[in-house]
Amino acid sequence: MSTFFQEFSKGLWKEVPPFRFVLGLCPVLAVTASVSSALGLGCGVIFVLLVANTLVSTFRDFIPNKIRVPVFIVIIASAVTIVELTMEAYFYTLYEVLGIWIPLIVVNCLILGRSEAFARKNPVHLAIADGLGMGLGFTISLCLLASIREIFGAGTWFGLQVMPSAYLGFELLQRPPGAFICLGLLLALMNLVSARLEKPQETC
Amino acid sequence: MGDYLLMMVTAIFANNVLLIRFLGLCPFVGVSSNLSSSFGMSGAALFVCVLASAITWNVYHFLLVPLQLEYLRTVSFILVIASLVQLVEIVMQKTAPALYRALGIYLPLITTNCMIFGVAVLNIQEEHSFLDTVIYAFAAALGFCLALIILGGIRERFALGRVPTMMQGFPAALITAGIMALCFYGFIGLGQ
Repeated sequence: MSTFFQEFSKGLWKEVPPFRFVLGLCPVLAVTASVSSALGLGCGVIFVLLVANTLVSTFRDFIPNKIRVPVFIVIIASAVTIVELTMEAYFYTLYEVLGIWIPLIVVNCLILGRSEAFARKNPVHLAIADGLGMGLGFTISLCLLASIREIFGAGTWFGLQVMPSAYLGFELLQRPPGAFICLGLLLALMNLVSARLEKPQETC
Repeated sequence: MGDYLLMMVTAIFANNVLLIRFLGLCPFVGVSSNLSSSFGMSGAALFVCVLASAITWNVYHFLLVPLQLEYLRTVSFILVIASLVQLVEIVMQKTAPALYRALGIYLPLITTNCMIFGVAVLNIQEEHSFLDTVIYAFAAALGFCLALIILGGIRERFALGRVPTMMQGFPAALITAGIMALCFYGFIGLGQ
């Protein structure tokens, strides 16, 4: 049980994507102009990651090593198709907003990276923990970035006004250049924080 | 003719795949640390992107639509792209081993490069004709190369300057990309 929790929690801080592993950056920048779309994509990624990790780990002894990548990709693509059809049927507005980014979950390096680096070498329950943790970490990071961009960029959060109505909004943050700069600063901040956290341990 | 020129200019500058549409960022920050690998990656991506878009367009319109299997789009496209990348990899390994070594891990990663897949899907979504598809893919990939090579050049200069420890690597690259995106954002009125 402790290893289960360990694998789960490493996705939340120690190896949190996309900050520690700079993988799967594209959607991170593209959908974070508003928190609701970030959360929607995050849920899609959690589902795909969970399905892919579970299946890859279940069949890890049967997948020939040479063609493992195509097999992983087909598994991932099937999961993405499920997400795509489900969103189109039940969450149409979200489907419209996310647009091309839903099929693009399939080429998110994070998911293939987890299959390749973790799920194919570990038993099913650990793979599930890893998928959940990584997915959750990814979603939280997305929402964090989206919150910063939406609150300071538009003065709203989940579409609700949070800043005083006189607040004009820092328009740049809502635009593509703002996404790069904001993520760059967040990464720098994270490096600073983890450098501070590690220092006392060295002296002990 | 004028339409195609406009389409190309828009795809390269105003709607730059990398800086405005955010497609293909992984190699963007990964291999852009010097100019020569930027060039190699650009060449590979340009070649694969045009070829992949042309093939997936045919697969979609002559295979999936007649059989009413449009929902298999994601699965079939990714398979086509994955096998294509494998092919390019084998050819490159034989003909240009130095380049092959330089690109290392990023060549197989073209499979999961959002740019290739994204452009293929965009072509279907925008209902482009076959000629449009090829031109759009070429222009989009050219925009990708342009951004990648510019960033490669800038990051080579970074080696000479002193960057604060916490900003080294990815943060500095991302902020540079942000400033570049700001420049490309200025082109946005161009297409209208």
